Amino acid sequence: MSILTYILGWPLVAALVLMLVPRNYRVIIRAIAVLATLVSAVLAVKMFAQFVPGANGYQFEQQIPWVESLGISYHVGVDGLNVGLILMGAIVAFAATLCSWEIQTREKEFYILLLVMSGGILGAFASLDLFFFYFLHELALVPTFIMIGVWGRGERKNYATFQITLYLSIGALIALIGLIALYLQSGANTFDIPKIIEHAKANPLAVNAQNFIFPLLLFGFGILVSLWPFHSWAPLGYGAAPSPTAMLHAGVLKKFGLYGLIRIALPLMPQAAHGWMTFLAWLCLGNILYVGWVAMRQKDLNLLIGNSSVAHMGFIFLGIASLNLIGVTGAVLIMIAHGFLAALTFALSGYIYQKTGTLEMSKLGGLCRQLPFIGTALLMAAMAGCGLPGFANFVGEVTVFFGAWTVFPFVTGCALWGALLIGALYMLRAVRNILHGPLPEQWNSISDASNVWRKLPYALLLASLFVFGVWPRLLTEKITPDAQKIVAMANPAMEKPGAVAISEIHNPQSSTRN
Amino acid sequence: MNASSITLEMCVIALGTILMLADFWMPAERKKFAAYTAIAALGGLLLISLSGDGVCSVFGTAFNGAFVEDGLALFFKRFFIVAAILVLFMSVEFSDRIAAGISEYYSLTVFALAGMLFAASANDFAMLFVSIELITITFYVLVSFQRSRLGSLEAGVKYLILGALSSAFLVFGIALIWGTTGKLNFNELAAVAAQFETNKMFLLGVLFVMVGLGFKIAAFPFQIWAPDVYQGAPTPTAAFLAVGSKAAGFVLLLRVLFMAIPSVVHTHAWANLLIVISGITILYGNLCAIPQRNLKRLLGYSSIAHAGYLLLGVAALSTSGQAAVLYYLAGYLFTVLAAFTVICLVMRQTGAEDISALAGLNQRSPLLAATMMLAMASLAGIPPLAGFFGKFLLLKSVIEAAQATGNHGYYCLVFTALVGVVISLYYYFGVIRAIYWSKETPDLSPIALSSPAKLTVWICIAGMFWIGLFPNTVLNLANEAAQTFSR
Repeated sequence: MSILTYILGWPLVAALVLMLVPRNYRVIIRAIAVLATLVSAVLAVKMFAQFVPGANGYQFEQQIPWVESLGISYHVGVDGLNVGLILMGAIVAFAATLCSWEIQTREKEFYILLLVMSGGILGAFASLDLFFFYFLHELALVPTFIMIGVWGRGERKNYATFQITLYLSIGALIALIGLIALYLQSGANTFDIPKIIEHAKANPLAVNAQNFIFPLLLFGFGILVSLWPFHSWAPLGYGAAPSPTAMLHAGVLKKFGLYGLIRIALPLMPQAAHGWMTFLAWLCLGNILYVGWVAMRQKDLNLLIGNSSVAHMGFIFLGIASLNLIGVTGAVLIMIAHGFLAALTFALSGYIYQKTGTLEMSKLGGLCRQLPFIGTALLMAAMAGCGLPGFANFVGEVTVFFGAWTVFPFVTGCALWGALLIGALYMLRAVRNILHGPLPEQWNSISDASNVWRKLPYALLLASLFVFGVWPRLLTEKITPDAQKIVAMANPAMEKPGAVAISEIHNPQSSTRN
Repeated sequence: MNASSITLEMCVIALGTILMLADFWMPAERKKFAAYTAIAALGGLLLISLSGDGVCSVFGTAFNGAFVEDGLALFFKRFFIVAAILVLFMSVEFSDRIAAGISEYYSLTVFALAGMLFAASANDFAMLFVSIELITITFYVLVSFQRSRLGSLEAGVKYLILGALSSAFLVFGIALIWGTTGKLNFNELAAVAAQFETNKMFLLGVLFVMVGLGFKIAAFPFQIWAPDVYQGAPTPTAAFLAVGSKAAGFVLLLRVLFMAIPSVVHTHAWANLLIVISGITILYGNLCAIPQRNLKRLLGYSSIAHAGYLLLGVAALSTSGQAAVLYYLAGYLFTVLAAFTVICLVMRQTGAEDISALAGLNQRSPLLAATMMLAMASLAGIPPLAGFFGKFLLLKSVIEAAQATGNHGYYCLVFTALVGVVISLYYYFGVIRAIYWSKETPDLSPIALSSPAKLTVWICIAGMFWIGLFPNTVLNLANEAAQTFSR
């Protein structure tokens, strides 16, 4: 059994166990959920530490045939692209479970759904089989809708549930159609991703088939990742979601679409990808500038965070659109960094909501006095969000800009403006409104996160942001060799000159980083 | 090959007759045992004649080729017997709501099963008509069995009128086909059908046969009876209609299209016709299900939508499409019977079959609540249940057809199906929400479950998970059965 099977298996097994626990054993229910995600997170750290950067092929592989006649098998394995994502997912799942103390009703069902969601996400990232890749994502997606619909908050809860279900189901189904078409078109008669890629190296997909399938994947996955203009579900949904759900979805599940684009769409359909990338780069400006601008106008903290999370997706798309080694590496870096960041900010806003019952920024103020720990964490999260050096986001964003500058100088220029100015504006304004200024009377008695268990999720997420911020080599040395393979496949015609260009840019860039 | 090939059918008919005669000497309070005996007998038949080396696995034809025993027939005979066993279990739970003649109810169910078994083996238009009539006429009685209930009678009358109309179309169509070609046997017809491809009389006959079969499977535009009849019929009958009668329609449809007139069907025009019917059926069923408040009516519309999904596989006109239809039906069997069993057990008082009557079910019986939730999730196609893999196979077969033929209609069909699936999430989730999260919970009395009822529920749950998580066995059976068409 591969360690990956345990990482994704523990939460799922725990979900099954919870079904048998009577609902009034609240402490036991919570303990089982926390323990399962903790074990899974520890195993993920162990796997990350044991991972050999740049090794050939996939590591910690395991394959069990499932449906032979269609070539579907349970196949998990990691390379540089998903090892960091699985680590991030497992840590965020653990943090989200810890933050679930805010759920006071129907805890049993909540923890079961949360565990299914965690196991599903980790499985989707670990899967090297197209069918399971989709299957496990769908397994994680459905609990999201139920959790928002049942434990959500605010007056617009039902509308938000409706919208998020509609958008994400449509996105997922469009991607499914693309994946099935890809399977049929590849002619490899297997759902195994490595085998399809091997097969495609010898028999590339016909260009007209690529032109049909690539947009399906781009927009199917794009809807899942809140690509502008299909983003409107995200702020609304996250605003209404209970914070553990928002943490897991915005942090981890949303990265599925990006990961799918990098892992599947780029290497298999290079010609079509080239045609669409300029268009995608312009769409990212919608994310970065338009949604950033919308974020500036928000009065509710959760809507602001939700919009800012949509804006951050723009940087990742920009990295992917650049189709070079630095851009793609940067995209993966931001995926990981933003996972931690989104989880952290939603956890903090959840705490504030829990204590004050509102997230309207005009009603809040001076909270840093009452909540020194939470306030400081929020300040640091805001700093990370506007790309302060020292946090992992900075590394990712700067890498993406270096990568994208060579391809789309104008778009990158605008995006930089969005990242530096707009991001800083709304983040700092939120910090000023919530943490500083006079403290309204009614919040005089609210209390800070007091014990270690309460502080742990925030501390853990901040620490992760910090570790990867000051020591990005931990990630880049793993990502780069495998991103190189993807980029080489995505630029088939100009493999030789491309490689030269990449090494030329690579040197100054790596010196900036160190 | 001779008459011995219909041993299974004869046993089932004998069983039905014995059940009916047993009424004369069996005391009223012991009638439950008649049903359990019938279940045990059907279980025995399933093991003896339909296992790997049973009577029915000897392939061949009988009665001058009118009756055929092949992979497809074997698959559907297993299917029908499993369905009948579960429906009989359900009928026992329902028996307190039937005023008189419960033995007849059991025996009519068994006779309907016999009709379905004949339908699975029909290889001749005469056989097709007789088996359909055997099914439909028993259902006329079964649907209106609660004689004291107006809704049941109304449903019976509707089913009778529309059923008779569709039978008239069917028999007219058969007459036209026979008149133009002089053949009734499917294999003989297949040999000459190519000459009649442009004969308008012949094509009209084929279309009329499609009308008759479209009525059985509740495909647009012959779906109008389904919601009313499902709502009014006794719950076990509605369940048997939804599963058995629909599957019988599909096996006959597959046989007629791909064994009797394959050369006619594999044309652009037929593909487009099937695409349009399938697409409209999906949209109609799903859209009309949205405002429903009555649970059985909702399942009626959902069954129309599912007929549309199943037609996806038929419209693909390929072996993988046919295999997908069979696989989907197998998952559909357990899913729909799970839903109807819960309805049968929960909604004891007639007239209160509203979705809101499920409120608080989670407290009243966690097992039934979980079963209903799983059934709805499986119908909506959520992993890891049977419905997900089934829909996956159907979509795959249609996309395959699109790539193979270059017919853009298939792509439109795929997107229609996608829209249908998204719409269906809304009303299936509505049922789940009523069970777990409704605000008002008027009745919180626990529901007592008899052990046979528990067994039924567990069989359905196990079936949904087994087909969804370990698709290999059923998929291989479906693939083998679908090979029949390529021979």
